[in-house]
Amino acid sequence: MRRAASEQRVAGPPPRERRGPAAAPARRVRRKRRPRAGRRRAWLLTAPAVAVMLAVSGFPVGYGVWLSLQRYDLRFPAQRGFVGLANYAAVLSAPVFWSDLAATAVITVLAVGLELVLGLGIALILRRGLAGRRALNAALLLPYGIITVVAAFAWQYLATPSLSFLTDRAWLGERWSSFAVIIATEAWKATPLVALLLLAGLAAVPEELMETARLDGASGWQRFTGVLLPAIRPVLLVVLLYRTLDTVRVFDTVFIQTNGANGTQTVSLLAYDQLAGRLNLGLGSAVSMLLFLLAAVIAVGFVWVFRADLRELSRGPG
Amino acid sequence: MRKVRAVLAAVVAAPLVAGCGGGGGGVTLHWYVGQESSGSYREAAQRCTDSSNGRYRIAMEALPNNADAQRQLVVRRLAARDRTVDLIGMDVIWTAEFAEAGWLRPWVGARGAQVSAGVLAGPLATARYRGTLWAAPFTSNSQLLWYRKSRTGTVPTTWDELISAAEALPRGQQVVAVQGARYEGYTVWVNSLLASAGTELVVDADRPDRARAGLAVGPTEQALGVIRRLATSPAADPGLSVATEQDTRQAMLSGAASYSLNYPAVYAAARAEQPGLVDDLGWARYPEVVAGRPSRPPLGGINLGVSAYSPHPEQAFDAAACLRSEANQELGATRGSLPPTIAALYDDPAVARQFPFGRLLRESIAAAAPRPATPAYADVSLAVQQVLHPPASVDPARDVPGLRRTIDDALASKALL
Repeated sequence: MRRAASEQRVAGPPPRERRGPAAAPARRVRRKRRPRAGRRRAWLLTAPAVAVMLAVSGFPVGYGVWLSLQRYDLRFPAQRGFVGLANYAAVLSAPVFWSDLAATAVITVLAVGLELVLGLGIALILRRGLAGRRALNAALLLPYGIITVVAAFAWQYLATPSLSFLTDRAWLGERWSSFAVIIATEAWKATPLVALLLLAGLAAVPEELMETARLDGASGWQRFTGVLLPAIRPVLLVVLLYRTLDTVRVFDTVFIQTNGANGTQTVSLLAYDQLAGRLNLGLGSAVSMLLFLLAAVIAVGFVWVFRADLRELSRGPG
Repeated sequence: MRKVRAVLAAVVAAPLVAGCGGGGGGVTLHWYVGQESSGSYREAAQRCTDSSNGRYRIAMEALPNNADAQRQLVVRRLAARDRTVDLIGMDVIWTAEFAEAGWLRPWVGARGAQVSAGVLAGPLATARYRGTLWAAPFTSNSQLLWYRKSRTGTVPTTWDELISAAEALPRGQQVVAVQGARYEGYTVWVNSLLASAGTELVVDADRPDRARAGLAVGPTEQALGVIRRLATSPAADPGLSVATEQDTRQAMLSGAASYSLNYPAVYAAARAEQPGLVDDLGWARYPEVVAGRPSRPPLGGINLGVSAYSPHPEQAFDAAACLRSEANQELGATRGSLPPTIAALYDDPAVARQFPFGRLLRESIAAAAPRPATPAYADVSLAVQQVLHPPASVDPARDVPGLRRTIDDALASKALL
């Protein structure tokens, strides 16, 4: 029924064009009309998907915003009420928020940096086309396939003297060594993926380009910094963005290994404590919203700063 | 082919049958409780199911094995008014929170009298909130000072003596194992130190409008001084800031620690895993903070609550009363080393065999300091951990005002923690 009605509407000539000269340009009018109708049909066809997206991501975000503006503790339902931005004021004025933000930044910067360096190194080696490369690729991806919680436990055991075969030092007993374990876990998990993505980027660099550089007498290092790096720069940036957004929200590794002890608590852990531990939906949602905002700012800022590179990427390699 | 179809039919039908309580007209009661490795809970549940003559069947739903994760799971379900939660094995610290939130049905009249009769005063108090009984005391617990007899001269009675004695031992044996990880177990330690020094975390805990931080300056500084001294001493485990009950128990069994503040599970573990160690394992009262002032050991345990959202409250009350019966508490004590809440059981010969330290354990439970019975307890505990963790960072003079302010914020449930 509905479809018939909409088709009818699509089929009828738009009022604006009806006023034009009748016979001769009729064909042109029809040709003009087609993309318009097509666009509308495209909207109709994508509407269900858009509706689902709004329901599964738009609604929770909107509900989170609404919750963050209320005093709402599930244990004291009688005290529920609208408090405006009071929760945000409470979060932003709490020293713990800023120290958690700092811990999140430490983990993000060091882990993502390590992933990019190691990932690029591995990609460069793989590009050489070693024997058994297919098996190597599969083995390389293994850490990425392991559930984060399991990886976190494995590294925790490795860093605990009574369980470890490597160390007799309590790595998780102090702040910076705890960071080292957390960052190592994160990097161990994500480096393979980074390597594979960069490898794909490297594969798209034409061999002639490298050959020309070599004939021009460029050294290995010059070819790397002058030819390879600029060529894969867009891919590198996308990987950087993707890993940064992922690591800013780091939760499971820290939750398992230290539960935030020794100054390693991250912002997502803080939100979890307010929500799951205290059932304080107002404060917890405010922390979540700030984390969401942080991710959005990183994403938008990144896209804006590197807009030229990203445009190049969307045009395709070469 | 027929076989396959039969199997399929069974698979499809099984949950339906289970849902109807075996088809006998009875109901299925879901009992959320922490895992108990000896199987004594399971057997008690089976006994009660059998003796109910088909009125109910108790299905056990295992909770995670750390206190914080247990609470989070239960609280999430109750906040969502989950009708499949009937019985809850509640940590003693949950009573005020659950009662205030309206998640429990009170035990009144004859029912309440039945599950209070003959119960030790301390455990009974943990099940009450503002004059009402909200749960049936089931198991209790307290910590003792465990020590290696072969490494100990005179048994220390104060924290200072204890730390000095440990420091005097050769390297590799010096550890006093305590729970220093950032979790509820750390708050347990802090709370007992404060109470032993003569102060408390929260005053008027059960009056949400009046509750505020206690923490008299002198005693609080003394209590925090113990944490500072141990954490910065060679007697501290290098992994103190991540040590949980399992770690401290393991340290005691492995010999890395010569002393440990721990629940009787240490003794049960030694019996099961290292029988050779049992004769060398001594026990004494929890140490004093101030010499001559009796210590206030920790108080743990589990109470049985009936969910306000259970569709079968009558059966749930009956099942809880059955689970906490004398016979089932004896089973828990003898098989699972779970200290009973019924006083008379401490004189029971079978229980006494399981707890050679039974008299001291009962004395510890009687002298124990409960954690504050405030509905915002989880927040208070988080505040303690936030200000006083890691143990080595504790600075008594500096931390007293900060701790008091953070606890006041926590009680108001307004500030970020």
